[in-house]
This record gives sequence, structure tokens and C-alpha cells, in this order.
Amino acid sequence: MTGKKGAGGRFYTYLVMLFLYAPIFILIVFSFNEANSRTRWTGFTLKWYGELLADRGIMSSFYTTISVSALSAAIATAAGTLASVGLFNMRRRWRAPILSVNNIPLINADIITGVAMCLLFVSLGSVLKFRLGFGTLLIAHITFNIPYVVLSVMPKLRQLDENLVDAAQDLGCTWFRAFRKVIMPEIMPGIVNGAMIAFTMSIDDFVISYFTAGSGVMTLSMKVFSMTRKRVSPKINALSSLMFAAVLFLLLAINIRELSQEERRKKGTKPRKTR
Amino acid sequence: MKRRTLAVPYVLWLAAFVVAPVILIVIYAFTSRSGGFTTENFSAMGKYVSVFARSFALALISTAVCLALGYPLAYVLAREPARRQRIMLMLLMLPMWMNFLLRTYAWMSILENTGLISRLLGFFGLGPLRVINTPAAVVIGMVYNFLPFMALPVYSVIVKIDRSLIEAAQDLGGSPRTVFLRVTLPLSLPGVLSGVTMVFVPAVSTFVISQLLGGGKYLLLGDLIEMQFLGQAYNPHLGSAIALVMMVVVMIFMFFMNKFGEGEDKAVII
Repeated sequence: MTGKKGAGGRFYTYLVMLFLYAPIFILIVFSFNEANSRTRWTGFTLKWYGELLADRGIMSSFYTTISVSALSAAIATAAGTLASVGLFNMRRRWRAPILSVNNIPLINADIITGVAMCLLFVSLGSVLKFRLGFGTLLIAHITFNIPYVVLSVMPKLRQLDENLVDAAQDLGCTWFRAFRKVIMPEIMPGIVNGAMIAFTMSIDDFVISYFTAGSGVMTLSMKVFSMTRKRVSPKINALSSLMFAAVLFLLLAINIRELSQEERRKKGTKPRKTR
Repeated sequence: MKRRTLAVPYVLWLAAFVVAPVILIVIYAFTSRSGGFTTENFSAMGKYVSVFARSFALALISTAVCLALGYPLAYVLAREPARRQRIMLMLLMLPMWMNFLLRTYAWMSILENTGLISRLLGFFGLGPLRVINTPAAVVIGMVYNFLPFMALPVYSVIVKIDRSLIEAAQDLGGSPRTVFLRVTLPLSLPGVLSGVTMVFVPAVSTFVISQLLGGGKYLLLGDLIEMQFLGQAYNPHLGSAIALVMMVVVMIFMFFMNKFGEGEDKAVII
């Protein structure tokens, strides 16, 4: 590629990055703004951060988000991994339709998944006498998380050498032990990947939570939504800055870890070709 | 043969929480409040034709803008050195990890009538520019939120294109334009197709963006459904009917995208 063309391309990527980051940057700048304004700068302050941390509603919605995401990701990872192993051992004739049903929550618009589950929970609730709340929210999150886990574990199972499991069992392992000692380590990258996707999907979800959490429970996204409809407070800006910092930190940590792993692989330990 | 019973709990879970809710939508769509069969819910949709039209128009415009912005971005990225690609990808994904509501909220303050863009233009003696609470603001919000959904799948396809194919085309005398149109573009179509669906589906069904940036003045399909379930116009039967229609239209859309994609694949092989 000639220098001139490359420069044009780079300039374009910078423009797109500007488009992506300018709004976030502005949010962050105005989180330090003295006045209750989103546009007029009056002076530096940290008071919005203090108010954010003192706001019970926001903090409790934050805890709800973290707990529902962590719980649903953990449950979905365990359930999704077991389901993948089961599905993998099924005949194709059965597996294919189940996998298409598995894809429904991924293909459907969030709002459809949300209202459909809302209908289910409301009608079940009127029979079984329960209300929408943390339980239904958790079920909804598990439901839309499992497909991601299945989709990231299945390919790893396909790569797995079936003979390894047979060998382990021939050598006297119970199936469960073979699963733990042979299958698990091999498909671990898929499981970790699935768990991470599930967790981020849960954290970022608004629409499905909105329809399944009922009126008593609020996730952070729901809280922000309700705040934007009333008078806007710079507390949201402070919240955005903290979220951005957290995400940036996480992403950097993951990338640095991956990079160092790669370097280690390049330098010392040989790739495990011989089994 | 072995251990397929492990899938049984998940199959039951799918039946209870994925299949049953969809069936409920269908049942609600075809019944009235009293419980009898009716197609009234669908005829009642007649007065919302404009909402359907607006939703599809705005979603199509946003998808087109995302494609126009995202394709070149993916193309440029795929040709960068590996380390740089990695950093750029991270930068592209970072905003996606930040909360969707907060990202949309960011644009509220920029597009406001007293917002930064108007002030900037005012500084140059232009404006006042009214953007907030217009369809344009909704499109900007959609593009901002969904651009990575277009750029990432296109990128992941372009980066896998066999360089020797492009070199072969160049060796055979293809101009850069020809090489792009005859080799790179056709080979990248699967990525484009998945990008288009990944942008179009959330765009056509959103209600957050239209309420935050459209000021609730421009009802979209998502708003309409939301109103029937949680809003003032409580009527889950009508809401289910609208949701069902949307689901069917999206499925048809995706079916044609897939067909189109398959055709392209074959054309490439031949």
C-alpha cells in the first residue's frame, strides 16, 4: 500500500474514533462541572461523584446489575457447558432443531424476547401467585445468556479428539472423571469466552430487563433510563466516567494478559503438539 | 450414544422460556381481552401504518449509513499491521462495553438546542440548528450505537481473505478498482450481510433511542410495543400482534439476506 493511501485510511479511522469517543469525552469533562448544566462550564468540582456514591437508588441498582450479571453468567456457563456436551453427543437429527431453537433469543429483537417473557411471567404469576422481580429477571438473563455459552463451547467440542475420552475411560476413568480431566481442560477457552460474553451481555442489557424485572427491581440501565426521563443530573455523567474507567481498565488488563501469554508461548514452552 | 441426557434440562428450559413465550405471543395476538379468537388486533394496526413505515425507513437509513461508514473502516483496519489492528479493534469495542443507555445519553447533551453543536455553530454565526427531537437525531443515535456491529463482522471477513487471491488478481493486470470490485467486495459480502442484520434488527425495534433523542415525538415500532405492555395504552393483545408482525417481517428479511448470501457464495466459487 502506498504511503499516501495509507495516510488517508488512517485519517479516516481517526475521524471515526473521534465520532465514537467525542461524546464520551464530553460526558466525562462535564462530570467535573460545577453547575448543574450539560453544556456550560462553570468550574471544577468532584461533588457529583460524592452525590453519586451517596445516592441509594443508583447504588442499589448497581448492586442489582452486578449480582444478576454474575449469577446469570455463572449459571448459564455451567448449564450451557453441560448442555453443549449433551447436545454434542446427540444425533444430528435431534441436535439441529434444538440448536435452531437455541438461536431464537439471538436472532429475535430484544424487545420481542422481552415482551414474550413478560407475558409468560405475568400469566404464570397470576396462576402461581408470584410477582415479577429479581427471580424473573435472573431467569430472563440466564435464558438469553445460555445460547452464547453454547455457541462458544460447541466449536471447541468439535475440535476435541473423541479418542481421548475413550482412552481415559479404557484406562479406568469414570465418565465424570474423564469429563473433568480430559474434556474440561480442552474446552476451557470456549467456556471462559462464553462466560465473558454472557457477563457483558447481562451488564449491557436494558430492554429484556426492563420487561422482566417488574416495578420493584431496577438494574443500572433501567435507573439511567428513568433518570433521563426526569430532570437530568450530572450524577449520570459521573457514573459514565466511572463506567468508562472500569471498562478501560478491564480491557487493558485482558489485553496485557493475552499479550504476555503470547510472548511466553513464542519464547519458551513449545506448543503442545505431541499428545 | 453417551451422556446425551445432559442436554435434557436445557431442552426443557428452552421449551419453558424460549418456545412457550413465543407461543404466548401468538395466542395473545389472536385473542381479545375476553379471551375469544379474533383478528381485530391486526386490523387495529391499520392506524399505525405510518409508525411501521417510519421505523423501517429510519432503520434502513441507519443501516445504510453504518455500511457506508463501517465498510471503509473495516477495510482500512484489515490492512493495518497486526499490533495496530489489535489496538484499533479494542478502541472500537470499548464504547460497546460501556452502558448502552449512557452512550445514548451522551448524545442528548451534544444535540440539545442549547447543546454543544448549536453553540459551536452559533460561535461561527450559524444556527441555531435544531437536531434533538428530530428523525435525524434518532438516526445519529442509531449509527453511533450500532456502527461497531457493522464494522466488526465486515472486518473479521476481510481480514481472512486469502491475500494470494488479491495478488493473483493484481498480477493478472487488475486495476485497484477492478481488484476491489471483483475480488475483495464479493468475498466480503458474508460479513456485510451479517453486519446488515446485526444493525437492522436492533434499529428497527429500538424504543430507547427514539425516546431519548426523538423526544417521544416520533413513535417507532419499539415505542408502540412498549406502550402496549408497560405504558399508558396497556393492551398486550395489540402489543403481541405488533410484535408478531415485526418478528415475521424480520424473519423474512433475514431469510432473503441468507438466500442472497448463499447465491453470492456460489457465484464466487464458480
